[in-house]
Amino acid sequence: MRGVPIVIGYAIRESVRRRVFIVVLVLTAAFLGLYGLGADKAFEEAQGVAPPTEAVLAGLDSTELTGATLFGLSMFGTLFLGTVLAAFLTLGVVRGDAERGLLQPLVVRPIGRPTLLFARFLAAALVCGLYVLTVFGGALLITWATGDWVPDRIVAPAIQLAAGVAVIAAISLLGSVFLTTTANGIAVFMIFGAGLVAGLLGQIGEVLESDTLTRVAEISSWVLPFEALYQDGLNAITADSTGLTEFALQLGPFGGAQAAGGFLWPWTLTYLLLVCGAATAAFARKDL
Amino acid sequence: MAAAFTARGLVKRYGPVTALAGVDLDVEEGELVGLLGPNGAGKSTLVKIGCGLVRASAGEARVRGARAGSAEARAAMGYLAELFRFPGWYAADELLHLHQRLAGSAGGEAERAELLDLVGLADARGRRIEQMSKGMQQRLGIAQALVGSPPFLFLDEPTSALDPAGRRTVRRLLEELRRRGVAVLLNSHLLSEIELVCDRVAILAGGQLVAEGRPSELARPRGVEVDVNGGTRLFAGARRDDAPRIVAELVAGGEQVFGVRVLETTLEEIYLEAVGEESGP
Repeated sequence: MRGVPIVIGYAIRESVRRRVFIVVLVLTAAFLGLYGLGADKAFEEAQGVAPPTEAVLAGLDSTELTGATLFGLSMFGTLFLGTVLAAFLTLGVVRGDAERGLLQPLVVRPIGRPTLLFARFLAAALVCGLYVLTVFGGALLITWATGDWVPDRIVAPAIQLAAGVAVIAAISLLGSVFLTTTANGIAVFMIFGAGLVAGLLGQIGEVLESDTLTRVAEISSWVLPFEALYQDGLNAITADSTGLTEFALQLGPFGGAQAAGGFLWPWTLTYLLLVCGAATAAFARKDL
Repeated sequence: MAAAFTARGLVKRYGPVTALAGVDLDVEEGELVGLLGPNGAGKSTLVKIGCGLVRASAGEARVRGARAGSAEARAAMGYLAELFRFPGWYAADELLHLHQRLAGSAGGEAERAELLDLVGLADARGRRIEQMSKGMQQRLGIAQALVGSPPFLFLDEPTSALDPAGRRTVRRLLEELRRRGVAVLLNSHLLSEIELVCDRVAILAGGQLVAEGRPSELARPRGVEVDVNGGTRLFAGARRDDAPRIVAELVAGGEQVFGVRVLETTLEEIYLEAVGEESGP
């Protein structure tokens, strides 16, 4: 394991040198800028609209509804940007780097393939995790500054988003053992899209009271736990909401918020171990 | 003591294609062995199995007694790949520092400076790799392979991107390695280079070892050529031992002798005979 910190340092340095990192930073700045503008206008509009008396009596808090909906949007944006970063940092780690001749000089060193792959995963998870936490924090500050609203839970959803992106990094790393860089990138974004669709299906299933759709969404979100983490995080930001506000938030546009329960973290860790283990086993047998 | 490198019955199949069909090869400690063969002969596959980059389908390869690909084997060897690339943002010195850390070398700055000097890059230690020519990168690759002073080196086409001056630098480097007792398996298409520096030559064709030995052992006599008054006379089939007798007879016959050359097959001829005339090196 002596090589882990060395490879992490190498990978982090490689990450911040990549053009994609600059692109992600620019996109992030644009996203937060637009989010700030949108949040400011949305809160302003929400304050100017008086909800019907029945709605107020039923427990509709327009500020909370606006804040939670906007922050849910920011969480989705953060997850998406984190996914872009995770994918681009890991999609060519094995086959891509081997085809470019970058991998062989490292692999022949006495650190071992498992160490190399594990360190690459840790580096990607670290970079993406810090990125997600930063963007999450930025969106949180903007929401608070523009609408004086903060989520009911802050730490747990932030960590869940970071963990979700780590899961995507692990999937991308596994894909990089088998697929070319381009093919792996396409596969990762299709998987991400599948998770998103599963969330939306679940939401539709709840509205239509379709057990089948809800079940499909549940299974999908556990097969792709980044979606379960996202849904649970989304649920956590309005954990204390009640009444009509709670109901209205469940109809939000970015996938249904769902409490995943206590099994989520053990499953996420197991999933990461399984995916990283599969990647390590495949990499160990791969001819370079 | 175990040989620097041994291959026994090495077989590698890529689906229906057999890249290596049972190769036996030894590289003794301190020995420079040149690996020759046409494209697709299995040279790079053999080297990659030795480095642990490719798994053999059958047989075994060992580096200083340790199974090829094991941590012990990798700690005892250096490798320059045929196709390699280093991250462009690294300076030459930084790259060597990274490999020192990966190899567990305690050589520090002194080792890095010595290696860069050895490959003629002493003035480029702070230069980024992306600002280097291909030849400079190749020489840096050789320096990288030497990090940690490994007792055995796999060099896969180390001079493919070098100009004549660069090739001479590498030849001198190989001579220096011989002086230091480092064993080398040198895979190259350049016959002249192999002939100049290698103790022994192994020729692969179709995944099999078709010739092996010292260049002098592989060479066959072609005759003795003598410069006399009337021009040059060739005594076909004569050997080195026959030269004094031939000269004595010519002198006795009234000829004036100006020069005598013992002719042997060149490495190129040996190579072409071994792999077939139609195969280019």
